[in-house]
Amino acid sequence: MTAAQFDIQLVAVITAAACALPGSFLILRKMGMMTDAISHAILPGIVVGFFLTEDLSSPLLIVAAAATGVVTVFLVEIVRDTRLVKEDAAIGLVFPALFSIGVVLISRYAGGVHLDEDVVLLGELAFAPFDRLTIGGVDLGPRGVYVSGSVLALGAAFIGAFYKELKCATFDPALAAALGLVPGVLHYGLMSVVSMTAVAAFDVVGSILVIALFVGPPAAAYLLTDRLPVMIAGSMGIGALCAIAGYWVAHALDVSIAGSMAGCVGLAFALSFLFAPERGVVARWRRRRRQQWEFAAQMLLVHLFHHEGTVDEAVENRSKHLQEHFGWTANAAEQTMNAARTRDWISLQNDRLHLTHSGRSEARRVLRRGTGGARAEAPVGSMAHASLRTPSDGARPDEVQHTTS
Amino acid sequence: MTAQPALTVRDLTVAYREQPVLWDIDLTVPEGTLMAVVGPNGAGKTTLIKAVLGLIDAAAGEVRMFGQAYDEVRDRVGYVPQRGSVDWDFPTSALDVVMMGLYGRLGWFRRPGERERERARRALDRVGMLAFADRQISQLSGGQQQRVFLARALVQEADLYFMDEPLQGVDATTERTVIELLRELQQDGTTMLVVHHDLQTIEEYFDAVMLLNVRCVAAGRLEEVFTEDNIQRTYRGKTAPQEE
Repeated sequence: MTAAQFDIQLVAVITAAACALPGSFLILRKMGMMTDAISHAILPGIVVGFFLTEDLSSPLLIVAAAATGVVTVFLVEIVRDTRLVKEDAAIGLVFPALFSIGVVLISRYAGGVHLDEDVVLLGELAFAPFDRLTIGGVDLGPRGVYVSGSVLALGAAFIGAFYKELKCATFDPALAAALGLVPGVLHYGLMSVVSMTAVAAFDVVGSILVIALFVGPPAAAYLLTDRLPVMIAGSMGIGALCAIAGYWVAHALDVSIAGSMAGCVGLAFALSFLFAPERGVVARWRRRRRQQWEFAAQMLLVHLFHHEGTVDEAVENRSKHLQEHFGWTANAAEQTMNAARTRDWISLQNDRLHLTHSGRSEARRVLRRGTGGARAEAPVGSMAHASLRTPSDGARPDEVQHTTS
Repeated sequence: MTAQPALTVRDLTVAYREQPVLWDIDLTVPEGTLMAVVGPNGAGKTTLIKAVLGLIDAAAGEVRMFGQAYDEVRDRVGYVPQRGSVDWDFPTSALDVVMMGLYGRLGWFRRPGERERERARRALDRVGMLAFADRQISQLSGGQQQRVFLARALVQEADLYFMDEPLQGVDATTERTVIELLRELQQDGTTMLVVHHDLQTIEEYFDAVMLLNVRCVAAGRLEEVFTEDNIQRTYRGKTAPQEE
């Protein structure tokens, strides 16, 4: 590996980590689209920054761009809070408006200057090794390392300092507000970090890769874990791995580095989406098959419960009768009985099906859950009505004490 | 010392786009009261709690808790939101959710430690959920999630609780646990305002009720206000302002 190759990967890994860190909170807040919006909406900020400095390489342009990103978030929320449009539509309305203001400003006042987002946020990883930071003639390494490194440090400091507050405000904003954790302030703090990270990363790696790095690794990590710290660390790790893998794929195929890295992020998400142990498509499919039999077994329980202790019990509660009663195939009846038996819900004695103790309470639970929703919806307006009802509709009289005690 | 009421609400009005959702609410809740808030869908039950806690802006009105502004007694007030108001797929454990109840008192920049974990475990134990402490919250049943929410309120050790539908759609075990807990809290002198949907269980579970339908139809001790007439007036919508 040459020094240039190392530099490219180092810059990419740091940028990936910097994006994935606040990206995790964006995903949990269902705001993944916000980075996309910010990437377009910052143009007027760059233009105004240029008017002020008249210097295309001034760092003030990046600051102005980041500030515009926060303004974007603010405007989106104003539009959303009118309750006339939903959040996604609000995002779709605000960023083209800001973008177009940038375009109009350029065409009116800066027609002679070649000014667009690409000039300021050139972002091409292949050039990262040649864009170096030198102070007093001393070469301190690629500039991208410092740009991305500082937003990574900023993000880590912010999320490290306000971790518990951010977690609470993301999970339950109403509680956070009631506890006095000022979720609104935290929100804008987080969005400022997102905006600065996005703009700095655009400058280093280009806008498409930035959006991929913000959204892809956290979305993949979200499916793989049940713990927030693991999700955050995991998304940073996945982002870093994709950066390295993407570089070598690009190297082997001689294609765009950023495109290859973004492709790896997509692949990482696809793998997680399909094969995540709990939430992946395959795991869900297997679970649904299992639940199919559980549901059939519950139907069986209710049937047995219904006829238990009645005159037709001898006919109805026979294993042979199930095919006829439910229209099941012999195989389905067999599978259902097995499902019920492995859960210790029924016992089988000489062709007769008996509910076990736990089977009986499961049947009651199923019955109650079925009627619970209907009862909540029913209009109840009279005390006479109220006192006439027995608390557990559908249960036998000897079960009445169950829901009231 | 004369005891201040736990909650006093004066002329509280909330409107969404000129449509009043709560109209001129007056309410006094003495300390140690276990009060149900009932009313039809859209009566403003959740809005009442949110407006009292300052989570949404009121058009008018004054709220005092223990004779003071909410900001001054925040530590003494607990809130149990509706279970459906949060995303239960959030990557965290039951114990972690309970610890969130302590974040306010913990203060900025301080991390919850072993002491907080122990308090959260005790609260989970009180609602019969200790065995599920490390369980990811989406793997809990609706009733279990509700009990976690309740445990989260318990760790706050508040003197006044606002609970939004803690018995909505829960199983019998949870309903029993919740009710026993409310009674224990009441015996310790805690005041509770509980949004409830089931008129049939009011008399069994509560000792005071607020009948709400945009306006406060009646509020007070059960034997005084929970009458057939008041219930009819609440559920027929006769007090809704647009019909006047």
